Amino acid sequence: MNGSSTLLPVSETTEKNRSPFSFSREAYVVTREKVVHAILMLCALVSVFTTLGIILVLLFQTIEFFKEVPIINFLTDTQWTPLFQDKHFGIMPLLSGTLLTSLIALSVSVPLGLIIAIYLSEYAPSFLRKLLKPFLEVLAGIPTIVYGYFALITVTPLLQNIFPSLSGFNALSPGIVMGIMILPLVTSLSEDALRMVPKGLREGGYALGASKLQVSLSIVFPSAFSGIVASVILAFSRAIGETMIVAIAAGQLPNLTANPLQPVATMTSYIVQVSQGDTPYGTLAYNTIFAVAITLFIFTFLLNIISFRLRKKYFSMGGD
Amino acid sequence: MNSFEIHALKQRTKDIIFQVTAIVGLLFAVTVLLLLLINVFQDGWGRLSWQFISSYPSRKPESAGIIAGLAGSFFMVSLAALLSVPVGIGAAIYLEEYGKKNRLGKFIEINTANLAGVPSIVYGLLGLGLFVRWFQLDRSILAGSLTMSLLIMPVIIIATREAIKAVPQGIREASYAVGATKWQTIWHHLLPISFPTILTGIILAVSRAIGETAPLITIGALTYVTFLPKNITSEFTILPIQIFNWVSRPQQAFHENAAAAIIVLIAFTLLLNSVAIILRNKFSR
Repeated sequence: MNGSSTLLPVSETTEKNRSPFSFSREAYVVTREKVVHAILMLCALVSVFTTLGIILVLLFQTIEFFKEVPIINFLTDTQWTPLFQDKHFGIMPLLSGTLLTSLIALSVSVPLGLIIAIYLSEYAPSFLRKLLKPFLEVLAGIPTIVYGYFALITVTPLLQNIFPSLSGFNALSPGIVMGIMILPLVTSLSEDALRMVPKGLREGGYALGASKLQVSLSIVFPSAFSGIVASVILAFSRAIGETMIVAIAAGQLPNLTANPLQPVATMTSYIVQVSQGDTPYGTLAYNTIFAVAITLFIFTFLLNIISFRLRKKYFSMGGD
Repeated sequence: MNSFEIHALKQRTKDIIFQVTAIVGLLFAVTVLLLLLINVFQDGWGRLSWQFISSYPSRKPESAGIIAGLAGSFFMVSLAALLSVPVGIGAAIYLEEYGKKNRLGKFIEINTANLAGVPSIVYGLLGLGLFVRWFQLDRSILAGSLTMSLLIMPVIIIATREAIKAVPQGIREASYAVGATKWQTIWHHLLPISFPTILTGIILAVSRAIGETAPLITIGALTYVTFLPKNITSEFTILPIQIFNWVSRPQQAFHENAAAAIIVLIAFTLLLNSVAIILRNKFSR
């Protein structure tokens, strides 16, 4: 009691002496918090500006393009020859080339990826999974230009032994190599989805006398279906946007065909083709790449949104 | 054998068939990739020499080299990382610690997830329209780095968010309890604790930037460069574009050059990826 009364004036005086400093210190801290908040928000907004920038840049040049080429021609013409004398601007051949290579890629990576994912999630001993997951991740880091080299230099000559009519540039070889490239993605995301399925569902199956395969295929797989679909859609989007493999090995020849043995051009490989040459800025040929890019952007954007929604829904349900 | 036993035997057989199929599939995928890698090494190993690494490109395949591409890649990627790491980490902190509940934060979150899925070539056209044309940076290293920094930013943001999310809530509360402000809590506790995981994300992003080819083709990085970049306004080439150029030529000798350059490129990216994964596995335990 006594001690505190003697102490009180002391603390009051120090408080008084310090008060201007302590006030400015507090103000400094409060201001700093606000400034930091604003800076961090600006950082986060960069991503919004990026999206905005992409849309504006693409739209601006695309509008220039559609001033000269009617949109109906763009959508219905069956030829794409902007760099030739006889100019046609039909996106169909590029779309068909893109879909052809992507579907070949999916037909390699989806069945293989799903079987491996089911095996890893339901059967594999944990040491194998622990060994394989990082391995798959390291493989996912191989640059796509390297896969392009594989497709052109190694896989195409190999396939020519099987299909003698296979042309030196074709849709099949880059499609297959692209399938190998997206295999880790399909496997890894599908395995995550499968592992989210609650243990109780599996045990329920075993209690009814089901075998491991029956539990995996008729209980776990259907339960994880929306998560798996999300991973397949994401892989599809990745295949559509993949550039270097097709630019190197598919032939850059716009070709409205479903024949995988022939050369094709994809939307991405066309953009590379024009960028490599010296097409002057502002010309119609220059503007075509933006019209193609916006088509590509819309496709991948829609697929990504669907995949994102499905995955978010699936994982927020706790896997059901 | 009664019907139950026959049924059980059938199920067990199917089970084994599935497992065998899966293992064969797994081995097939791994083998194909290894064979392809071995193939590149066989094609390119003979060309790999100090002369190859330290020479400029040339019309004669036997005297061509990758020094211009190596230097360009190094400067472009370093600058891109320098630009995108602080901004990416800042954005992630905002999304995790400030904007989690408000609508802006949720919007930016969806937006970032979408950006991560935009094809890299579209970033290239953004770079072409925005940096090369509008800002008139031409085909400079700066234009390339800015483009690449936007491309790898979602990777850094997503990795940093995961890292910050993993910090236990108790750390934040303990810091607030002793009177720390929000920023003090972030700066003195959240960032140091999550640093290894953030570093993993940065390394993966850098590895991605080293291997990306398409966006820099669209902004017009050159293929034939016989000088080293002097400053950020220099024209430049990068290693993957050099490879693309050599692969696209018909001569076998240039393909060997491409294979040798691929060995160098893969060495960098696989090394970085392995370091990142080892780092993460070490600190996640």
